[in-house]
Amino acid sequence: MTGAQMVVKTLEENGVTTIFGYPGAANCPIIDRLPGSAIKHILVRNEQGAAHMASGYARVTNKPGVCTATSGPGATNLITGIATAYMDSVPMIAITGQVVSNLLGRDAFQEVDITGATHPFTKHNYLIRNGLDLPKVIDEAFYIASTGRPGPVLIDIPMDILKKEYDYPERKKEPIVIRGYKPIGMGKAHEMQIKKVAEAVKASQKPVILAGGGVVLSNATKEFRHFVQMTGIPTVTTMTGVGVIEGKSDLNYGMIGSHGIKSANMTLNHSDLVIILGSRLGDRSVANAAGLEKRTKLIHIDIDPAEIGKNIFPDIPVVGDVKDVLSQLEPLLRDYKVSPEWKEYVDRIRSDWKVEEETQDNGFVNPRYFVKKLSEKAGSDAYVSTEVGQNQIWVANNYNFSDPRHFITSAGFGTMGYGLPSAIGASVASGSTVISVMGDGSFQMDLPEMGTMRQWDIPVKMVVLENHRLGMVHEHQFINYKSNYYAVSLEGSPDFCKLADAYGIPSMRISENSEIDKGIDALLDGKKSFLLVVEVDPFEPTGGALNSHYLPKEDK
Amino acid sequence: MESKYILSVLVEDNSGVLAKVVGLFSRRGFNIHSLAVGVTNIEGVSRITIEVIGDELTVEQISKQLNKLIDVIKIKVSRSDELVKRGLLLVKVKISSKNRTEVIQIANIFRANIVDVSQSTITAELTGGDTKLNAFLDMLAPYGIEETAMTGMIALERGTNVLKA
Repeated sequence: MTGAQMVVKTLEENGVTTIFGYPGAANCPIIDRLPGSAIKHILVRNEQGAAHMASGYARVTNKPGVCTATSGPGATNLITGIATAYMDSVPMIAITGQVVSNLLGRDAFQEVDITGATHPFTKHNYLIRNGLDLPKVIDEAFYIASTGRPGPVLIDIPMDILKKEYDYPERKKEPIVIRGYKPIGMGKAHEMQIKKVAEAVKASQKPVILAGGGVVLSNATKEFRHFVQMTGIPTVTTMTGVGVIEGKSDLNYGMIGSHGIKSANMTLNHSDLVIILGSRLGDRSVANAAGLEKRTKLIHIDIDPAEIGKNIFPDIPVVGDVKDVLSQLEPLLRDYKVSPEWKEYVDRIRSDWKVEEETQDNGFVNPRYFVKKLSEKAGSDAYVSTEVGQNQIWVANNYNFSDPRHFITSAGFGTMGYGLPSAIGASVASGSTVISVMGDGSFQMDLPEMGTMRQWDIPVKMVVLENHRLGMVHEHQFINYKSNYYAVSLEGSPDFCKLADAYGIPSMRISENSEIDKGIDALLDGKKSFLLVVEVDPFEPTGGALNSHYLPKEDK
Repeated sequence: MESKYILSVLVEDNSGVLAKVVGLFSRRGFNIHSLAVGVTNIEGVSRITIEVIGDELTVEQISKQLNKLIDVIKIKVSRSDELVKRGLLLVKVKISSKNRTEVIQIANIFRANIVDVSQSTITAELTGGDTKLNAFLDMLAPYGIEETAMTGMIALERGTNVLKA
């Protein structure tokens, strides 16, 4: 059996049915063994798309997504996708071909040290030196990628090893043991700490739960919602936590952070106890961690011990899997209920800062109103991916997610070009409706992947919020650079509807709020791709009507 | 409060492990004071000894991050004075026929070995903690130090405690 055959066989044994990839000389031996296997290879248009698709696939299935590329530029094109997955703890296996072993380190054609390059943003990586290691390494890679705090693992395989014949090593069915990696047993938290948490909650007057992506990663959404309902503690989320509590829940006070909503940040800041569940508290969520430490008591629950004390110093640290911790806490807090005064207080903040959306016709579509409408019409089965920029914030703050795995976005790394390919991956994984909400800047990083959609009949619904600018940078230049608008105009962009037409994808353009219903109905009609271009005011603020009076009337 | 710490790190003896460990330090802008790597009595396990100067919280964070590396099997963080630690120094000193004996005497006081001698130089080797090595270098400085080579510190805990893989 050749090395390449071993790769395919072991991937099959690990339940892989789809690989997103791009062939080249170095990974061709693997591609060559795929026909007739249980694995479908989806040819993308740029390797970066392959990594993002694997990422979208993984977010939906909760299993590692697999992508492959050739050596050198193929491998480096994967890098942005791998780093994106790393920052949001997405399980992924990236398999790269490498130049033949005896040319390693000699600057051979299409050679790059991809294990060296990706080390800072992979959970682990391997450069294969002996083909007989392949089955063991691939098993380990799946185990590492999907257990503990998930993340991407890269396997770099020299071409000669892929081609060489080996006797397939005898496979033991024993559980994988890696002496430097013990994710099992990290689950249950220390009972003493759990007791302290329960006591702190009971002693507090104004508790708040801050939920992050760790709740999603530990598959604890059900337990989490039960815990929130049981205790009645007001809940705010980070971006990766959007959806862990239902958008319309009475105890959902919204997303915090620099692009969160005002009332969510106020709720957090007025508390006397914050229970941080599965969040690393990145700077975009809590810009001033030291301030929060001073103001309020902090409980930090995370599966990764290295997160405790990294960005914030908690009063009570708890290392454990969110799901286990919640089940440990449940019996201790069964009789606890948050005080009605505190609930009334935060309810008042929420209603004080509630904004009525502009819905009159004025030549532009209100993007927040559009997203709210989209949320109503698409239903709870739909998945929504975003790009990065204003579109991401509008969706995060206005779409009513009933399941956090249905919101697919690059939160930690903030990768433009993530939205469409991740939606493609999500569509392949789920077979459900997947909507990709983009800006006209980010969409132009994705354009070629429309070919992938067509080739493999992947019916992603595309929305482009078009303002002919890089909207968020434009806003940034307005606020922080004295309106020195530079390098943000997207003049020269094509007519996206014509472009879609060239790919055989139907489309529509809307520019009034009264056209929203018509547009969304066309978008969601049938199991086929569609492009809806939505004309948005270039001066539409990310934060909504709250600060719109600061804005000039015209684009200068 | 900054002080000197020693991280004793047991790692899988794979290619690239040292780069992964060292990379973590540089990425966080954390300076390595000294570094020593070698095989151990356990097959397939190498020991990396890293001397760092920093505050307790930063050192703890570094150690947690190192622990996340799959190839890292075990880490022990110790205050520098809790360990027996040794480094090896080779030093080449300029001499003349007049002061050769003086230099040899100094070497004898430090229990250094003279490992090479020429008309104009003496090369000595000395093992010890960094205070001793530095004191030796201070004593030799007036004669003119031509070249030095020093290993990173290696260290074992005092008493019965053992770092097991």
